Amino acid sequence: MGEHVIKLPDVGEGVAEAELVEWHVKVGDLVREDAVLAAVMTDKATVEIPSSVEGEVIWLGAEIGDTVPVGAPIIRIRVQGEGNVQETGQDAPAPAPPQEESGPAASTPKPQAPAKGTAAPDRKQSRAKPAQAANGSAKPSPAVTGAPRPEGEKPIASPAVRLRAREAGVDLRQIHGSGGAGRITHEDLEAFLARGAQTSAGGRRIERNDVEDIKVVGLRRKIAEKMTIAKSRIPHITYVEEIDVTELEDLRAKLNATKPAANAPVRPKLTILAFLMSAMAKAIGEMPQMNALYDDETGVIHRHGGIHIGIAAQTAGGLVVPVVKHVEARDLWDCAIELTRLAEAAKAGTATREELGGSTITITSLGAMGGVATTPVINYPEVAIVGVNKIMMRPMWDGAQFVPRKMMNLSSSFDHRVIDGWDAAVFVQRIKALLETPAMIFIGD
Amino acid sequence: MKDISCKLLVIGAGPGGYVCAIRAGQMGVDTVIVEARKPGGTCLTIGCIPSKALIHASDEFDAARHMASGGGHLGISVADPKIDLARTVEWKDRIVGRLTTGVSGLLKKAGVKILQGRARFRDGRTVIVATETGDQLIHAENIVIATGSEPVELPRVPFGGKVISSTEALSLSSVPETLAVVGAGYIGLELGTAFAKLGSKVTIIEAAERILPLYDADLTKPVAKRIAELGIELLTGAKVDSLDAKGEQLLVTANDGETRTILADRILVTVGRRPVTEGWGREELVLDMDGRFIRIDDQCRTSMRGIYAIGDVTGEPMLAHRAMAQGEMVAEIIGGEKRSWDKRGIPAVCFTDPEVVSVGMSPDEARRAGLDIKIGQFPFSANGRAMTMDAEAGFVRVAARADNHLVVGIQAVGSGISEMAAAFGLAIEMGARLEDIAGTIHAHPTQGEGFQEAALKGLGHALHI
Repeated sequence: MGEHVIKLPDVGEGVAEAELVEWHVKVGDLVREDAVLAAVMTDKATVEIPSSVEGEVIWLGAEIGDTVPVGAPIIRIRVQGEGNVQETGQDAPAPAPPQEESGPAASTPKPQAPAKGTAAPDRKQSRAKPAQAANGSAKPSPAVTGAPRPEGEKPIASPAVRLRAREAGVDLRQIHGSGGAGRITHEDLEAFLARGAQTSAGGRRIERNDVEDIKVVGLRRKIAEKMTIAKSRIPHITYVEEIDVTELEDLRAKLNATKPAANAPVRPKLTILAFLMSAMAKAIGEMPQMNALYDDETGVIHRHGGIHIGIAAQTAGGLVVPVVKHVEARDLWDCAIELTRLAEAAKAGTATREELGGSTITITSLGAMGGVATTPVINYPEVAIVGVNKIMMRPMWDGAQFVPRKMMNLSSSFDHRVIDGWDAAVFVQRIKALLETPAMIFIGD
Repeated sequence: MKDISCKLLVIGAGPGGYVCAIRAGQMGVDTVIVEARKPGGTCLTIGCIPSKALIHASDEFDAARHMASGGGHLGISVADPKIDLARTVEWKDRIVGRLTTGVSGLLKKAGVKILQGRARFRDGRTVIVATETGDQLIHAENIVIATGSEPVELPRVPFGGKVISSTEALSLSSVPETLAVVGAGYIGLELGTAFAKLGSKVTIIEAAERILPLYDADLTKPVAKRIAELGIELLTGAKVDSLDAKGEQLLVTANDGETRTILADRILVTVGRRPVTEGWGREELVLDMDGRFIRIDDQCRTSMRGIYAIGDVTGEPMLAHRAMAQGEMVAEIIGGEKRSWDKRGIPAVCFTDPEVVSVGMSPDEARRAGLDIKIGQFPFSANGRAMTMDAEAGFVRVAARADNHLVVGIQAVGSGISEMAAAFGLAIEMGARLEDIAGTIHAHPTQGEGFQEAALKGLGHALHI
C-alpha cells in the first residue's frame, strides 16, 4: 500500500491559483482512474480534476471556496503498490511550481483545461470539459444528500404526503426524499415548507424566521468581484434612447421567411442582436474610442481594431459573457451563426475559456424580460456596454395621428472618465439611425 | 315545471356519479343527480355485484356437485345437489335491491337531489331531464358526465333472441343446457366459468390466441387449466362469422381455418364495452374526444369549462373503482379543494377461477418502460393456508426496480386472491420497496404470506421456497 498525492495541476494560461468549487469525492471513497475528483475554477472556466490512480481517498486538502495555488496537494489516495509519496511521515510537500511536476514519475494528472496562448498545443482539448459552473445557491446543504430524481419520474410519497403537498401548493418534485429509494416523508415535506417552499399557488401564509447562509463561491464569486471592480472604479454614464424598429422587424421577418437556395448553406434564424452587432460594428468604425480597454492603472487606453462583442448570457450557473470575435469581418449571417453557436455552448456549459473572454465591448439583453430601461454595468476594463430592452408596440405621433410602432429602448453605459456624454449620445444616435433605416447598415460609405 | 338551478349536476348515478354526488353533498355543494334507471349503474345492477353473486352460487353448487360425485377428498358426502337458478337470481336481486336503496339513502343523507329520467344537454350550462311528469330544465354551474358504458354488439350476431349480453345472462330463470360465450375477456370468462359450474356445457370462442389477452401468459395459465378441468371447450384464434338463418347456430371459423357450427341454447356476447357518448346531447356541446372516449385532463375537466367527465366515458380501464376515485376527486375540486389525479395504480381483478389481480406494471410493461427490474414470485403450492383451502393453484409475483427496489407492479393468481388487491394497491400507492413488504409481519397462516415471500424472493432470500 502506498500513498499517491494529487496536486492542483497547471490549468493553463499562466494561472497561479484556482478556486476549489466542488468536491466529487469524500474521504473514504474508492475512486477509479480517470474518475473526476474535484472541480476548480480559474478565470471563468471550471476545470475538472481527474484521478490518475485507483484507490481510496484518505485526505482532502482544501475546502470548497478555498483558493489553491497551482502545485499544491489537494488530495491523497491510498493505492495498491507504491504511491508517489515517500513514507517518511512528512506532511504534504510544499506547493511547488508546476514545471517541477513533469518528472519521470509523471503521475500527476494531466491538466484538463483548454490550453491557450503559450500553453502546450498538444494538450488533449477533447477531454477538456468545463464542469457545470457551481452556483452558490444550488449547493446542497449537508442534510440533503443523494441523487436528484431523474426527469419524468414520479416522486415517491404516500397518498397522505401527496395530498398535503397539493394542499400546500407544493410540487413534490422539488423535494428531496430522505427515505429509501428517495421516498418523501412527512418530515421531508415539513422541512421543505419550513425552509420556505416555492409554493405553486396560494397556500397558507406562515411567518418565517429562518436564515439560509449561502457561500459565495465559484462563478458567483467571480461575478461579484467583477461587478465590484466595475462599479467602484468606473463612473458610469447611462444613456437611454428609444428606437423605432418597425422596419427592422419587417426586414428581419422577411429574411427569416425567405427560403435560401437549395445549395446554399443552412441559414440561422436572425435575431435583433445580429443586426445590432452589425450596426455597432459600423458605428464603431466611425467612433473607435468606443471599442477600447482602459487600463486605469497605467493610464493607457488600448483601442482595438478588432471588434469583439461580448454577449452577456444567463446560464444555470449565472452570468457568463461569450464573445463573438471579429465582428468587423463578419456579415449579418455570420454574426447570427456565431451568436447561436456561442449561446448554446454557454447554456450547455461547453464554451471554452477563449470563447468566454477577450471582448472589447459588450451587449446585454434580457430578451423578452427586457423591461423599459436598465442601467448596464460596464464589463471592466471595457468602456462601453449596450443594453437591449424589450420591443413593445407603442403609439407614436407621426405628425398627424398616432400610429402603432414597434419601439425598443437601448440603455447604454459608458466609462465617463474616457467617454464624454456628448460622444456617448452621438454613438447611440448613430446606432439608432442605422437600426431605424436598416439598409444603411449594409450600404458602403 | 319550475326550473332548477344548482351548483353541480351529475348525469348518471353509477359508481362514479353517485360517489361524486355524495362527496359533493357532504361538502355542502348544492347537487342534483340524474339517472334514467336505478341508482348504482352497471356495476350495482347488471355488472360487478350481480355477477359476483352468481359466481358465488356457482362455486357453492360446483363444490357440492364435486362432493356428490365422490371426488371430494374432504370426506364430505352430499347427495344429488340441485340448483334452482330462479331462486338464485331472486337472492341476487335482493342484494342489488338493498344496494341501490342504500345508494339512494346515502345520496339523500348527503342532501343530494335525485331526479329520475333521461338527461339531455341543451347547452353547456343547461340540461333537460325527461321525467315521468314532464321535462325538467336544470341550470348548473358545473356538470359531470358519468354516463358509463354498455356492451358492444357484434354486427353479425346482434343481441336478441338467444343472443344475450351479460345483463340478460345475470337474470336467466334456468341454467341453459348449452352456452356459447363469444370473447374470453374477464366478463366472458367469469360468466362462462359460472355457468359451467352451474351445469351448462360451455364453449368459449376467442379471436386472440389465448384467454385474457390483456394479462401475461404466466398469470392466465392457472385459469386456462381450470377451464379445461371444468370441461369448458375453448376455441382460441377463432372468428365468429354469423348466426345461421334460423338464428339457432353460431358459425365459427376455427384457428385451423375450418368452419364449425356451434349449437347453443344461449349465446353470450362479451366482446367488450363501449362508452355511452350518444343519446344525451353531446352534439349540443363541443367536447374534444380521445378516440371513442371523452378527452379529460388530470382533473377530469373536459374541453368545456365547467363540464367534467368521469368513469367509463373517459377511457380505460373501465373499472368502477377508477370512476369512484375520479368522482370523489371532481366533487372535491368543485367544492374548492386542490386536487388532481395522481394515483399510482388502479387494481384490476378478474373473478375467474382462480382469481387474477394486477396492480401497477407487469414485468413486460416495466421492461418496455426501460426499467431494470427484479422479480420475486411465490407459488401458493408452498403456502400452508392455500393447502388447507384446497387452493394451491397460482402465485404472487412482485416486480421491483433493480436499483432501489421500488415495487412497480404486483400480480397474483389464486383462489380468493381478489381480497389481496387491498394490500397490493396499498403497497404501490405508498411507494413500497421490497424491503417494506418483506419487513412487514404477515399473519400466519394466510395466503398473504405469499406476498411477503414474493418480496423476499425478489431480495434473493425467500424463506419457504
